[in-house]
Amino acid sequence: MMLFRGFFLFIAVLFSLSTFAQEQMAFSSELNKTRYQSLVEELRCPKCQNQNLADSGSGIAVDLRELVHQMIEQGKTDQEIVDYMVARYGSFVLYRPQHSTATFLLWYGPFILLGVGLLAFVAVVVANRKRRGRDL
Amino acid sequence: MRKLLFFMPLAVFLVLGVVFYLQLGKDAQYMPSALVGKKVPEFTLVSLQDDQAYTHKDLPNTPYLINFWGTWCPACHVEHPFLMELANSGVPIIGIDYKDQKDLAVQWLEQKGNPYQAILMDEIGNFGVDMGVTGAPETFVVDRSGVVVYRHQGVINAENWPEIKGYMK
Repeated sequence: MMLFRGFFLFIAVLFSLSTFAQEQMAFSSELNKTRYQSLVEELRCPKCQNQNLADSGSGIAVDLRELVHQMIEQGKTDQEIVDYMVARYGSFVLYRPQHSTATFLLWYGPFILLGVGLLAFVAVVVANRKRRGRDL
Repeated sequence: MRKLLFFMPLAVFLVLGVVFYLQLGKDAQYMPSALVGKKVPEFTLVSLQDDQAYTHKDLPNTPYLINFWGTWCPACHVEHPFLMELANSGVPIIGIDYKDQKDLAVQWLEQKGNPYQAILMDEIGNFGVDMGVTGAPETFVVDRSGVVVYRHQGVINAENWPEIKGYMK
């Protein structure tokens, strides 16, 4: 039993290690801290591709977290910080794609297809009904 | 006409198949640089050699390379001999000593040789962020008019140099 408990503890510690990627940072307000947390979760690490800034331990992610921290404390708005990152690392750093002509299909393509499908469905149903009416 | 409509799904499938097939084998790690097509960002950095401050106005007005390196970066060791070759064949390279210690960098250049026309120190890495750098080595090609035309992440070698060289005009 003791051994089992020890093993469980070991596993628990192992899993919690990965959440220690972030440094201790001082914020002037609770709001700034919340903004920081949501920004580093929204922004993608440009080096590691499949991690956000919050989770990554790579050198550039550490630097960018520090930059986000500084910019928040300097009173920059979220939008300004996001624009700053996009200007340097491209829209790649955004986990949520921006609305633009390039992403129009991405955002609205499924709805357009759904509309086309609905129209086709209605057209087929109407045509079938007409034909049946004629046959009768 | 109606018959043709039944083949629509097949047509869509074929088009998608071709599109996806063409994407296969592409380097998934490749990231386009947001800087391509733009001027080199403004900076003021201190030179490693003479401790003077230099700005973007001091950059060459011929095509040249900007190479980010650091003594902490293993791949930069691999890249260094090829940069020496390039320098010897007359390619102007501006070195950015990225997030490094000055004494280590000086030592490195004394031991291995200096391929750079000028070396500027970016100790905190702020210029690196302005250039959209994610690590080292990373190399930018800047053309005659001071516009960044190409970015290469990783080591430059004899294999990829011909492609990079093509941008130098």
